[in-house]
Amino acid sequence: MNMLIMGLLTGMLFGFLLQKARVVRYDKQIGALRFQDMTIVKFMFSAIIVGMVGIHFLDLFGLVQLLYKPVVLGENITGGLLFGLGWGLLGYCPGTQGGALGEGRWDALWGILGMLVGAGLYAETYPFLMKNILNWGNFGYLTIPQLIGVNRWIVIIIFVAGVLALFRWFEKKGL
Amino acid sequence: MELKKTDSGSWSPYIAGGLSGLVIIVSVLWTGQFFGASTSFVRSAGMLGKAFEPERVKQLEYFIRYLPQFDWQLMFVIGIFVGSLIAAVWSGSFKWQGVPDMWAERFGTSPVKRGIVAFIGGIIAMFGARLADGCPSGHGLSGMIQLAVSGLIAMVFFFVGGIIMTRIIYSGGKK
Repeated sequence: MNMLIMGLLTGMLFGFLLQKARVVRYDKQIGALRFQDMTIVKFMFSAIIVGMVGIHFLDLFGLVQLLYKPVVLGENITGGLLFGLGWGLLGYCPGTQGGALGEGRWDALWGILGMLVGAGLYAETYPFLMKNILNWGNFGYLTIPQLIGVNRWIVIIIFVAGVLALFRWFEKKGL
Repeated sequence: MELKKTDSGSWSPYIAGGLSGLVIIVSVLWTGQFFGASTSFVRSAGMLGKAFEPERVKQLEYFIRYLPQFDWQLMFVIGIFVGSLIAAVWSGSFKWQGVPDMWAERFGTSPVKRGIVAFIGGIIAMFGARLADGCPSGHGLSGMIQLAVSGLIAMVFFFVGGIIMTRIIYSGGKK
């Protein structure tokens, strides 16, 4: 019960921030895919670098439990591409479209309905997929530092520096 | 390059994104929960399915893996709607709109046309997200924060798919 309340509160905070930064809108999402407005990329990478430094710092003291997904190329690549194609049509993400509806963009309702159908469809085809494409290219649980064999802080420092350079470039180009 | 319209009450995506990163850190620290959204559509689809065909839902392996019930993440997704609604109403940026501006400029103001495409996009996007085992929240934010290779691959292909689709549907149109 407590977890449900925490979920709701965390979602409310996140939804508030998403709306404040205007990232839930179709125009912002598609604007990024058309290289016209990088608002969502700025938001996303800002969250990622702050979260990355904080989570890995807390992990040093064993205060957090990392929980990421295994690399399965068949799933990550085909699923990623399919998601992207659908995203390009819809212009909303599973997490943020509730926020779009929250600020009155009611076409998000169609996206939500479509996603419920998509989830049901996936559940129906799961046994078939499991036998065929799922599990192709399964490399298990792998992080970028493990893959290239360096200390994670080196990766984090390079990543953060790269993101800051990207932000500078966005601002220079007025994106 | 057209001038960006001033939007009073909006926050810098860098600030709002960075604050979201802090929310993620606190969430992981307190409840062990990383952000994600697409699993909630599976649980919701299962709950809706149970209302119509309880026997069918009981048989499907995917709904055994993801039980059709409320959990932290589903409440989180609902919370995003509530939080965005509060922010939008509070700052006066709530706007009842069924056809996004960018869409209307290219495809016209028919909410039916927009609705059909959004619905189809939602189906494809959610099928892809489940195949990839995550969406821009689970793979994008949470995966990248943890330096997971799966998150990086999925994120790259989310954008590749999205860029391809927007290239297709917005090609040849006025800017």
